[in-house]
Amino acid sequence: MRRRQQSLSTVKLNVNGTEHQVETDSDRPLLDVLREDLHLTGTKYGCGEARCGACSVLLDGRRHFSCTTTVTESVGKKVTTIEGLFGDGNDGLHFVQHAFLQEHAFQCGYCTAGMIVNTVALLNEKPKPTDAEIVEAMNGNLCRCCSYTNILAAVKRAVATR
Amino acid sequence: MRIETNPEIDAKAFQYDEPVERVEFSFTSVSRREFVNVLGAGLLIAVVADQAMAQEAPTTQREGGGRRGGGGGRGGREQAPQPLATRVHIGEDGAITVMTGKVECGQGARAELTQAAAEELGVAPHQINLLMADTSLCPDDWITAGSRSTPTTVPAVRQGAATARELLVAFAAKQWGVQPSDVKLEGGRASDGGNRTMSYADLAKSQDAAAEFKKIIPSDVKLASVKEWKVMGASLARPNGRDVVTGKHQYPSDVTRPGMLYGKVLRAESYGAKLKSVDTSAAKAMKDVTVVEDNGFVGVVAPTSFVAKNALGAIAKTAEWEPAPHPSSKELWDYLRQHARGGVPENPFASELSGADKQFKQTYHVPYVQHCPMEPRAAVAEWSADGKLTVWTGTQNPFGVRGELSRAFGIDQQNVRVIVPDFGGGFGGKHTGECAVEAARLAKAAGKPVSLRWTRQEEFTWAYFRAGSVIDIQAGLDAKGNITSWFQLNINHGNQSVETPYKIEHAKGQFVPLEPPPLRHGSYRSLASAPNTFAREAAMDELAALASRDPLEFRLSHLENPRLRAVVEAVTQKFNWTNRVQNREPGSGVGLACGIDKGSYVATCALVSVDPNDKSIRVRQVCQAYECGAIVNPDNLINQVRGGIIMGLGPALREAMEFENGRMRNATFWKYNVPRFEDVPELDVVLLNRTDLPSAGAGETPLIAVAPAIANAVFNATGTRVREMPVKLA
Repeated sequence: MRRRQQSLSTVKLNVNGTEHQVETDSDRPLLDVLREDLHLTGTKYGCGEARCGACSVLLDGRRHFSCTTTVTESVGKKVTTIEGLFGDGNDGLHFVQHAFLQEHAFQCGYCTAGMIVNTVALLNEKPKPTDAEIVEAMNGNLCRCCSYTNILAAVKRAVATR
Repeated sequence: MRIETNPEIDAKAFQYDEPVERVEFSFTSVSRREFVNVLGAGLLIAVVADQAMAQEAPTTQREGGGRRGGGGGRGGREQAPQPLATRVHIGEDGAITVMTGKVECGQGARAELTQAAAEELGVAPHQINLLMADTSLCPDDWITAGSRSTPTTVPAVRQGAATARELLVAFAAKQWGVQPSDVKLEGGRASDGGNRTMSYADLAKSQDAAAEFKKIIPSDVKLASVKEWKVMGASLARPNGRDVVTGKHQYPSDVTRPGMLYGKVLRAESYGAKLKSVDTSAAKAMKDVTVVEDNGFVGVVAPTSFVAKNALGAIAKTAEWEPAPHPSSKELWDYLRQHARGGVPENPFASELSGADKQFKQTYHVPYVQHCPMEPRAAVAEWSADGKLTVWTGTQNPFGVRGELSRAFGIDQQNVRVIVPDFGGGFGGKHTGECAVEAARLAKAAGKPVSLRWTRQEEFTWAYFRAGSVIDIQAGLDAKGNITSWFQLNINHGNQSVETPYKIEHAKGQFVPLEPPPLRHGSYRSLASAPNTFAREAAMDELAALASRDPLEFRLSHLENPRLRAVVEAVTQKFNWTNRVQNREPGSGVGLACGIDKGSYVATCALVSVDPNDKSIRVRQVCQAYECGAIVNPDNLINQVRGGIIMGLGPALREAMEFENGRMRNATFWKYNVPRFEDVPELDVVLLNRTDLPSAGAGETPLIAVAPAIANAVFNATGTRVREMPVKLA
């Protein structure tokens, strides 16, 4: 039986505008590094196979599933998590966070960070999406409480109030 | 004022929470003698439970003690009388803390119980700090299940809050030398209507406060009438909502403790498989990895979950298993019928049926489905130097889990603390504490706190599920097309909604279990009501057609229950039923269904389209009328109703667990397809606010009529009866 070698290396990660040096196995999912090494637990584990969106983060403004993105793939990119979102008004909240709060767009809230981050990604790409484009863009994010109706209202509110 | 209880909610026939088989841990570190000594007064029950385990009746309810158990103890129908101090704490700075053993997992208990307290204390909701689900700090309010928070815990919290209010009033009256009836409550302070005011802080600082708070909360303390409601009856957003949208809230899987490590547990390769041999040497050789082997329990602890996963993988590769026979989901219907305990009962109205003008006998099939909470189960366990245990975990049953931990480790319950942070979804699927016990066992070995988070695949495979069932319906019609006899039998699942709400001279509903059932099953939102309502309402539609009567007219003519009639009339009016039946578009159809569960009344209409080529079914619109007495939090209720409808679309159209040779074949979101954004139909919700009736819980009932409304609409569109869930034509 071959003993598994740990291939540790030091990687530089830019997360929410801060540079971090992390000693880690290069294969490790970005999700694990964020949560366990950097203690940013806002990004969630939902399925580990890019099928629920709870782990959504932004890499250079685009949505990635951090459960299937390795830490190595994240080097040299600007990683944004839910903790990195903020705004000037709305009591410090990012306008998308504020929209979700106003529209009661969550019940248990476990999917919410992923929903908000994915909404930011959508609006980065399409500031004025159609209803169909919103559904298509959000469809990779699951909500088991099925707050979909209010989440769609929150996305539309965000579009209107950005 | 005594809270009026709704006799329908209190009906003894109700089972609020399904018994679920608890995972048996028999760690060798716990000696039998130790275990017996520690339980003290509970000794006899525990010993008897051990010996009787094999014969324990399914309805046994024990607080974490028995192998099969439902909620923790009382059944939730009444709160045991408690001292005020267990419910309300007022600091000398006036800070108000209200304690409850209920949990928050998206269903809105945090907001509702905050409203209940604020209403009676006469303060704004943001002045209430609601402390939930900490077994060391909160009273046991029973498991959070059965839609009981609203009818049972809201009154209990109100009584505590009202008692504190009455103390303030009495204190102020005494200080001012006036009658209590001359003291008003304004802006959270007692006032004499003039210049003198007194605050809750003043009460807390008063000499007699401690003694008064030790007194038992009276059950007849005056509560605000619905007309007087200022906080209840209005919408209140979840109080810690900001922490949700900022990612600040710590779910059980986020809890971090100093020195914390990460754990993983070896799972059997198939259901019932026994571990024959395993080689843990490769894992033991890994840096900073601890391996635990204890009487069949094998697990690892490592500095990161990645290393833990690799260590476990190294072990799993070597494990040899002895498989156990296990039925396949493909043969489920025959299996259930053949293994019904005591055999399949006869129709007690067989002779009435044989004399009927038209006889109806059909069988409906409902497969196993599962909860898939967004947060797979997780626990963080930490042992203190003196052998006390604290576990943070997502469970609906904090006191039951405390019992499981006590039993698994042979320690007194007062040395176990279970803390339940607001967690990521339950739906009835998190009543048991195996993840907590596993985390605690790993932490014991590691000598450090351990975070154990189940993977999604583990959640799919090793949680418990909504039982599949075979449902027989036999009914007879007379020459006028009225139902004369009705017998509904549910094999394997349960008796919720198995009794028909329609007025039929000879009617009976019955449930027969399997011993043992093929898969571990337990509460799933609305329990057996959804399958039983599916079968009943599909059959009612078939009977209407047999009688050549309109489905709405047929139902109403058999329906005396005024609250059920009201939602049926409301939904068909909103949906424009008669018009839509008459002007049906080709390729589309409309369907209707209704039901009662846990004191809520629901009626649902669906509009579906069927693709002529691939026969796929698209639900275009769902209209639902809902009534649950006086509405406490309208926005939360709408969330629950809409959420329940959409969640119900899953089992109605797509979800079914597939298993073979003891393995799940679709233990992944890639194959087990739950509802997504693209599945959301046009939704219309009509809420009937019966302010004259006691409030009922609404966490479950919104689901129950969705599937039959769809099946009936599919018939209306195609002429084909689908008597199985998920409802599919191809």
